[in-house]
Amino acid sequence: MLFSISWRNVWRNKLRSSVIITAIALGICAGVFSSAFYKGMADQRIDKVINTELSHIQIHQYDFRQANDITKYIPNAKDIASDIRSMDEVQGASYRTIIFSMISSAETAAGVKIAGIDPEVEKTVSNLNTKLIEGNYFEEKRRNPVLIGRKIAEKLKIKLGSKAIITVQDIDNNITAGAFRVVGIFDTQNNAFDEANIFVQHKDLSRLMNLPNGSGHEIAVLADNNEAVFNLQLSLNNNYKGMEVLSWTELSPEMSYLNEVMDLFMYIFIIIILFALLFGIINTMLMVVLERVKELGMLMAIGMNKLRVFRMIVLETIMLSLTGGVLGILLGVVVSKYFETHKIDLSMWGDTYSDLGYDPFVYTSLHPTLLINVTIMVILTGILASLYPAYKALQNDPADALRIE
Amino acid sequence: MNVIEIKDLYKIYNGSSVEVRAVNGIDLTVEEGEFTAIVGPSGSGKTTFLNLLGGLDRPTKGSVYVDNVDIWKLKSRKLIDFRLNNIGFVFQAYNLIPVLTAKENVEFIMQLQGRSKKDREKRTRDLLEEVGLGDRLDSRPSKLSGGQQQRVAVARALASKPKFILADEPTANLDSKSTETLLNIMEKLNKEENITFIFSTHDARVVKKARRVITIEDGQILSDESK
Repeated sequence: MLFSISWRNVWRNKLRSSVIITAIALGICAGVFSSAFYKGMADQRIDKVINTELSHIQIHQYDFRQANDITKYIPNAKDIASDIRSMDEVQGASYRTIIFSMISSAETAAGVKIAGIDPEVEKTVSNLNTKLIEGNYFEEKRRNPVLIGRKIAEKLKIKLGSKAIITVQDIDNNITAGAFRVVGIFDTQNNAFDEANIFVQHKDLSRLMNLPNGSGHEIAVLADNNEAVFNLQLSLNNNYKGMEVLSWTELSPEMSYLNEVMDLFMYIFIIIILFALLFGIINTMLMVVLERVKELGMLMAIGMNKLRVFRMIVLETIMLSLTGGVLGILLGVVVSKYFETHKIDLSMWGDTYSDLGYDPFVYTSLHPTLLINVTIMVILTGILASLYPAYKALQNDPADALRIE
Repeated sequence: MNVIEIKDLYKIYNGSSVEVRAVNGIDLTVEEGEFTAIVGPSGSGKTTFLNLLGGLDRPTKGSVYVDNVDIWKLKSRKLIDFRLNNIGFVFQAYNLIPVLTAKENVEFIMQLQGRSKKDREKRTRDLLEEVGLGDRLDSRPSKLSGGQQQRVAVARALASKPKFILADEPTANLDSKSTETLLNIMEKLNKEENITFIFSTHDARVVKKARRVITIEDGQILSDESK
């Protein structure tokens, strides 16, 4: 009956309870939506890191990454990539020739990372082919085609069809250059990536660098899903001893922390909201206790012990908080679910988000864990908010309380 | 058999300048089945005396024995349990729980005692029928008249099967018809079920029904008459 009394007491003053419930609901809704928003942003960023920039796993010769030593190539990279593609839980594997060098236009020059890729094989690990805003993905039979990012195109003041000179060092330490034609301009919504990366065909770069056919500096592997990465990395380590096999979390540790940092940030945000609501709830419950001094005195007079009175006030506060919390969660879920399929356009802030590597179009991402944790946090807030009013209720002296007219 | 035995009872309030002796040395015994009215002018100490008797207000000095238990020697928690199981209260302002129905108000006290649902439901129905509210089981206090609410309060006080019932001015807020009905119910319960009633009152009709009338003035017993 204590539950029943507490629940009915919540609705004794409908207006007052509705005001605080609405405040809680709006606060929680804002918290849930913000979490889904930032989680969506982080998920999109990580998705981009995996599907456009790094893949799940990369294999190199030791020392290649640290020193960018082009002589540290994998002679049979093409065959290894082919073998890996036939492994379980592998979606794709591509081999790449990599060099950090120069691209120049008639106007200026810039340092870039040049990746020589096998276009068709590269599609199995990267969605670069879907990021083109002009031109095509090595589809024309042109000599020395190159794909460049929007940002580097702006910097070099070159456009589709323009000629660009790529200067590299070959494995014999000779400086050599080739004239390339811009066949496609891509925009990954990550300005830093678009400004620092260009893609040419593997055979063209290998020829320029005097590398053997089928060799490469990097093998990129895309697993079926993120959960398969750990086991796949173990298998690759076993299969290719003597080579460096790194997962995306090792290649880009800051990205692997992004999710945790975002989660922490959002929980702090929700805690701040709940902390503010806490005082509203305490205020409401203090009013409740003050209004019911006589009734509480009567309950104690007829034999309701202090523990039960305490429990009744705690229950009432939790019910009040939870009603607002559940409404807020439901509202937050509805809003977040809507924006899972309808983009939130942040492009009005120009390149700000792209400069940081984030999409200016955000789709929310709602995780059930968040909802469970928020519910627990609301209950804890209710318990915390109830302590002082419940303590005040216990201070009532039944005889004094019953004298109140 | 004595239900209540009061020895040398005092309640003294020490104000900033004046000492008020609300109860000033009362000795009294109440036997099982009594129908006792405590009368006296306003401020004579009736309510304070009932509060001391009911374990609600701590005396400055003296003892209150209920069934040979000195209730003011019990620890706070034990005293609450003692009140729950031994004393029934009827208040002037009815003091029902507004969010509960008549049935739930009566049942609530038995739930505090930890009695079974079946037992609670049967006793609740019987008691409310006894006070003439068998057809208002599911009405909330706000839907009942003052007289009906006070009858629910009597049923609630009886629900815990107490040793005695303390009623502080139970008819003060009632019209004459409701007063008559309530008094008849209380008298019937007293005569037929030997339930001990002690009530403070100003009401001459209540005094007329009482079989023992104790007059209090300035915190002392002025007279103690049995009819």
